[in-house]
Amino acid sequence: MDENASARLTRRALTVAHRVGLFLAMLVICLPGIWIVLSSLRPTVEIMAKPPVWIPQQLSVDAYVAMFSGIGKGGIPVLDYFRNSLIISVTSTVIAVAIGMAGGYAFARYRFRGKSGMFLGLMLTRTVPGIALSLPLFFLYVRLGIIDTHIGMILAYVALNVPFTIWLIDGFFRQVPKDLAEAAQIDGCTRWQAFWQVEFPLARPGIASAAIFAFLTCWNEFALASQLTRSVNSKTLPVGLLDYTAEFTIDWRGMCALAVVMIIPALTLTYIVQKHLVGGLTSGAVKG
Amino acid sequence: MATVSLKQLTKRYGNMEIVHGIDLEIADREFIALVGPSGCGKSTTLRMIAGLEDISGGMIDIGGRMVNDLPPRSRNISMVFQSYALYPHMTVRENLGFSLKIAGAAKDDMDRRVAEASAILGLDELLERRPSQLSGGQRQRVAMGRAIVRDPDVFLFDEPLSNLDAKLRTQMRTEIKKLHAKVKSTVIYVTHDQVEAMTLADRIVIMRSGYIEQVGTPDEVFSRPATHFVAGFIGSPPMNLHEATVSDGRLMFSGGDSLPLPGQFKSKTAAGDKVVFGIRPDDFYPTGHGLSSGGETEVHRVELPVSITEPLGNETLVFAEFNGTDWVSRMLNPKPLKAGDRIGMSFDLSRAHLFSAETGKSLRS
Repeated sequence: MDENASARLTRRALTVAHRVGLFLAMLVICLPGIWIVLSSLRPTVEIMAKPPVWIPQQLSVDAYVAMFSGIGKGGIPVLDYFRNSLIISVTSTVIAVAIGMAGGYAFARYRFRGKSGMFLGLMLTRTVPGIALSLPLFFLYVRLGIIDTHIGMILAYVALNVPFTIWLIDGFFRQVPKDLAEAAQIDGCTRWQAFWQVEFPLARPGIASAAIFAFLTCWNEFALASQLTRSVNSKTLPVGLLDYTAEFTIDWRGMCALAVVMIIPALTLTYIVQKHLVGGLTSGAVKG
Repeated sequence: MATVSLKQLTKRYGNMEIVHGIDLEIADREFIALVGPSGCGKSTTLRMIAGLEDISGGMIDIGGRMVNDLPPRSRNISMVFQSYALYPHMTVRENLGFSLKIAGAAKDDMDRRVAEASAILGLDELLERRPSQLSGGQRQRVAMGRAIVRDPDVFLFDEPLSNLDAKLRTQMRTEIKKLHAKVKSTVIYVTHDQVEAMTLADRIVIMRSGYIEQVGTPDEVFSRPATHFVAGFIGSPPMNLHEATVSDGRLMFSGGDSLPLPGQFKSKTAAGDKVVFGIRPDDFYPTGHGLSSGGETEVHRVELPVSITEPLGNETLVFAEFNGTDWVSRMLNPKPLKAGDRIGMSFDLSRAHLFSAETGKSLRS
């Protein structure tokens, strides 16, 4: 066989191997999600069957119908949980991103005493597992009287997210050349205008990423929420999953159905925001 | 259009003083180049004039108005950055019109002025493109367009050509010169390239370590350098500079060779003085291959070995060994030479320079 033909064959074989590898990797990533969707649609017997039933025998949306049927008919206050989750996640994300922008900009652009120490301190707070904070926070919140309130949860989530948003946004502002803000100031902008007209649009992908991560952290957080919420006043969707556990039984199908309900808004939001996550927007700004 | 005046302008970072109280008067419509090696304070000076750096002392006056504490936007200046600093999320048209938009100009006015600038710089075809879709030279032109749209009192250029390749740099240099002729405004141009400074500027300010070494026209700084530093900095290839001691009407070099003390310096030196002797490659040439037509009054001829040659087509740079080191000379109407050849070399001593070894100042009056 001539050299070119064999090189072509090798290339084709590699492409196939690459695709198979990708498929397997995606399968590993997606399988839990698919399994949750499937489990929400089939009876408990099938879910618990050993060996597992891969191909569903019967599908029904009973769990979804029951979920919204009201207390006493197998339902849970899903709309209340949803509202709580939305209020808490959106508000804390907005606050965390606002603080993250201010902080990230300051760390990226200004020189001040104790800068690296402060930055390290912020990062260190991320090393503490959330669950370890739940008991101290619980006592604190009881004293302050903000247990089982939106504001309590928002405060906790803002504190949890701010170090991360500052770190991420700082990195993006560092990528925006300083010359651009200076050029804008010479073109007649105040520092404030230069920020909004030039630096903010260029750091937008970073800010959007920070927002998505902050939102998903709040939306999915369970450990703190399970300690700091008590009732429909502030219980979020992940805590609501516990409503499907009784003393001796767990309604796996109902739980999976609620999990699907939880995933949909997060997925939609990520899809909407992802178009802002285009990197390389600053290319062409400087040099060539 | 405006004059610019710097009085005792100083910049300090903490305890470190970067610019040491410089004074400079720039006339209306003058093209002035600040030139010097890296770290000499030229860019810092420009940034202080722009308002991008606070000043630590002294005064900046633009058009008769003290601007020490005014923000950049209130100084009516425009600046072309080394990095171009085009807004990547805007088209060329938006980049050009940005300052007018911020100033709240009417749309008609904005369109007219963008069109004018674009016509001057030949950007009409590029108006709807983004900076990432432009070549280096085109970006440079957009950056200049953005500066002229504002119709500023003073243009500031911060090493605008240093990111371009050699050919484009020469081309853009001509364009900048044409632009200055057209818009007739005051220009302050920072560069580390003495060729750019010489070709563009009406006057050149040579800076070193935060001090001004000399201010003068290109001819002045070339022909009558005030210091040994200026002499070495201006001119390409640079002036031959070698330390010597005055003794018995001769300059004794450390390697043992000597030259007659040029006549004009006889009254300004005494035996034992330590000096720096300087001669440009144009005034030290293979005999018969120099600039002058033979009417020189004070020529010293010696035979020297050639160590290396650099042919440039119309001329050849000949490195001849004198006093144990290579001295560069310019050979016009070149003839083939090879390393090791011995040739007659002429020193035109009437055009030589002498500087005090201690202060570096020229001994020419």
